[in-house]
Amino acid sequence: MILEATASTAQLAPSSIAGILWVIPALPIVVSGVIALLKQPQRKPATGLAIGALSISLLLSLVAFARVVAGWAHGIAVREVVNFTWARVGPTGLELGWVLDPLAAIMLVMVSFVGLLIFIYSVGYMEHDENFTRFFCFLSLFAGAMLGVVISNSLLLLFMCWEIVGLTSYLLIGFWYQKPSAAAAAKKAFITTRFGDVFFLLGIVWFFAQTGTLLFYNHGLGSLEPLSLAVVATNHAGLGLSAAGAIGLLIFAGAAGKSGQLPLHVWLPDAMEGPTPVSALIHAATMVAAGVYLIARVYPLMQVGAGPGGSTTALTVVAWVGAATAVFAALIAVAQNDIKRILAYSTISQLGYMMAGLGLGGVAVGMFHLITHAFFKALLFLGAGSVIHGCHEEQDIRRMGGLRVDMPLTFATYGIGMLALCGFPIAFSGFWSKDAILESAQHWSVAKTPFYLLVFGAVLTAFYMTRQICYVFLGYWRGHGEAHESPTVMTLPLAVLAFFAMALGVIGTPAWPWFHAFLENRAPGLDMHAFIEPSFLALLSTSTLIVAIGIGLGWWLYGNKSPKPEAPDALEKTAPHVWAALRDRLYVDEFYGVTIIAFYAWWARVADWFDRRVWGGIVAVVTWLFNFWARFNRTLDMNWVDGSFDKSCEELSNSGGLLARVQGGRVQNYLRILAVAVVVLAAVLLWSSRP
Amino acid sequence: MESPLAGYLLVAALLFAIGLAGALVRRNAILVLIGIELMLNAANLNLIAFWRYGPHPEALTGMMFAIFSIAVAAAEAAVGLGLVISIYRHANTTELDKMNRMKG
Repeated sequence: MILEATASTAQLAPSSIAGILWVIPALPIVVSGVIALLKQPQRKPATGLAIGALSISLLLSLVAFARVVAGWAHGIAVREVVNFTWARVGPTGLELGWVLDPLAAIMLVMVSFVGLLIFIYSVGYMEHDENFTRFFCFLSLFAGAMLGVVISNSLLLLFMCWEIVGLTSYLLIGFWYQKPSAAAAAKKAFITTRFGDVFFLLGIVWFFAQTGTLLFYNHGLGSLEPLSLAVVATNHAGLGLSAAGAIGLLIFAGAAGKSGQLPLHVWLPDAMEGPTPVSALIHAATMVAAGVYLIARVYPLMQVGAGPGGSTTALTVVAWVGAATAVFAALIAVAQNDIKRILAYSTISQLGYMMAGLGLGGVAVGMFHLITHAFFKALLFLGAGSVIHGCHEEQDIRRMGGLRVDMPLTFATYGIGMLALCGFPIAFSGFWSKDAILESAQHWSVAKTPFYLLVFGAVLTAFYMTRQICYVFLGYWRGHGEAHESPTVMTLPLAVLAFFAMALGVIGTPAWPWFHAFLENRAPGLDMHAFIEPSFLALLSTSTLIVAIGIGLGWWLYGNKSPKPEAPDALEKTAPHVWAALRDRLYVDEFYGVTIIAFYAWWARVADWFDRRVWGGIVAVVTWLFNFWARFNRTLDMNWVDGSFDKSCEELSNSGGLLARVQGGRVQNYLRILAVAVVVLAAVLLWSSRP
Repeated sequence: MESPLAGYLLVAALLFAIGLAGALVRRNAILVLIGIELMLNAANLNLIAFWRYGPHPEALTGMMFAIFSIAVAAAEAAVGLGLVISIYRHANTTELDKMNRMKG
C-alpha cells in the first residue's frame, strides 16, 4: 500500500516547498559566510544574521512539515524528490538531490527549532567571549550543514554535509584553542569520527558500484527502492553476508563514529571542552544524532532480506552495539564528577538506546527517542551551562550544591530534563520513547539479552542523574564565590525546552501513536484501551520500578548529604577498585593508548628510522657522489680550463704589448729595424749561396 | 789589368754606409734627409759603374737610370724639406724623436 502511494505521488511534480527545500540549509551556510566577513566587535549584526537565517529556516521547515502532514492526512505518503546531475562521468553520473518525506520533515523541524533555541541561549552564554562573531559563524555553518544532511536524497550529498558537520564540530570543540586540552579534544574528535567515515565512504562506493546510483529515491530507480534493493540483497559479499548486509555494516561504522557508539565513543566526552551551547547543540541534540538519522534513512537497506519477524545481520549488529553502548556509557557516567562529562556519557548511553531502538523496533522507535532526547538533552546541557555560568566556570559537581535556592529557574527546568532522561512515568517524553525501545527489545525474536542490558542501563541512568541533581542542587553551597541565576536570554530557552521535554510524549503514547503512524504512513487511531492492556501495564510497572530503584538508590546514597568536596564518594567506600575503574572511564582511552596509539607511535618510529637511516642514507650517498663529482669538475675547471685560458690570454696580451713597443711612432726605429733586417737577409743570402 | 769596377763599388758601398749611418743616428730631420740623399747617390754611383763596365756600355741605360734617380731625389728632397718646415712650424722642432705621433 505504501509503495503504491509512493509511486503515485512520485509522478507528480514536486510542490513549491519541496522545490525550494534547498533554501533551508543554504540560508545558514550563506549567513555563516557573511558573518565570517564581519569584524569581531560587531556582535549585534552577527547574532541578528544567524538567528534571523535560522528563524527563516525554521519557518520553511514548518511549512514543509505542514505539507507532509497535509499529504498524510489525505492518505498519501509524501515523498517528493528533486534530483539533478552534478557531474557526468562516462555513462553514469554523480547525482545530487533532496527529498521531502516524513523522516526529513520531522528532523528539519527538530534541528532548526532546537538550533534556534541554542543560538538564542548562546547570545547570553558567549556574551563575554572576544571571539563572539567567529562562534556564530561556526554555529551557523553547522546548522546549515546539519539541515543539509537531513534533506539529502543522495549518499554523496549526505556525505559532503556530514563532513562539513564533522569540520564544524572540530572547529567548535577547539573553539578555545588556547587551551591545549581543547585543541587535543578537537583533534581526537576529528580523527576518531574520520576513522568511522573511512568505512562509511567504502560503503558508499560499494553501494554505488552495486546499484549504479547514489540517489535514495528516484521514481523507482533510486538505490533504496525495491529494484535496487533486490540486487544488493541477492549479491553475496562473502562471510555469509549479502552485499546489503556488508554495505549496511560499513555505513553503520560511519554512523557509530558520528554517534559515539561503543568502540568509537572516546571522542564524545572529550568534546565537552567546547563551549556549553556547542555541547548542547552538536554533541547532544543534533550532530551525534546524525548517525542515528543516517541508519534511519538507509533503513530499507539495513532491513532488506529479513524474514517476517526476523532481523538481518546488520540490524542485529546495530541492536547489540546500541545496547552494549547504553550500559557501558551509563556505568561510566555513574563515577564522573564533571557535570558536562556526566551528560556526555549519558548522551553516549542514550545514543545507544536510539541505535538499539532502530535495530530492535524500526525507524519510528529509534527516531522518536532521537527527537525527545534532542529536547531534553539540549535542556540538560543548557541547564548545565547555566549552572557553570552561575558558579563562575566551575564544572566539578562536588564544588556545587544548594543551587535550588540560588538558581530556582535552572533547578526547575533541569529537574524536568532529568526526569525526562530517567524516563519518569506518564508526564515526561523520555518515558514514552524509552518505553517503546524497551517494549521492542522485549519482543525481539533473536535474543533477550539486549532487553536486560537496556533495563539495567535505565536503572543506571536514573541513578546517575539523581546523584548529579543531589550534588548540584541539593545540600549546601560548597563552591567559591556567590552563585547567581542566569539572564533571561538563557533561562527562556530552558523553559521552552522544558515544556517540550514534557509535552512531546503526547505524540508517541501507545494510545495515540501519532509519531509512529506518521513515519510509517498509517492512520493514527486514538485507542484509549491501549492504556489498560495487560502488556502495557506490565511494561508501565516495570518502567516505574526501574526509575524508582534508580532514583531511590541515588537518593539513599547522596540525597541532601552535601559531602565535603575532598571526601570519597559514597560508592567509593564500598568498592574502591570498581569505582576507580569507572572513574577512569573503564580504561578505554588507556587501552587505545597502549594498543592503537602505541602501535602507531611504534610504526611512526619505524618509519622515522627508515626515513633517517635507509632513505636518508641513500640520499646522503647520492649527495656525496654528486658533491664529489662537482668538486672534481671544479678542480678541473679552475686548474685546467680556466688556467690554460687565462695563461693564453695573458701571453696574448704580453706579446701584444711587446709588438706594440715596436710600433712606437719613431720613424728612425722603423728604419733601424729595416736596416737590421736587410743586413740579416743579405747575410743569409750570402751564406746560402756559398758554393 | 783588372777592371776598376770593384773600386767604384767599394766607394759606393762606403757612401751608402755613411748615408745609412747618418739616417739612423742623426736626430735632426734635415740631416736624416741628407743621409738619405747620400744613400741615393751611392745607388746612382752603382748604376753608372755597372753600366760603364757592363756588357753593353754603348746603350745609355745606366745614364738614364741615374738621371731618373736624380730627378726623383730632387723631388723627394723638395717634398721632404717642405714636410720638415711644416712640422717645424707646427711643433717648433726638427727632432725626429719628438715626432712620435705617427703610431696607430
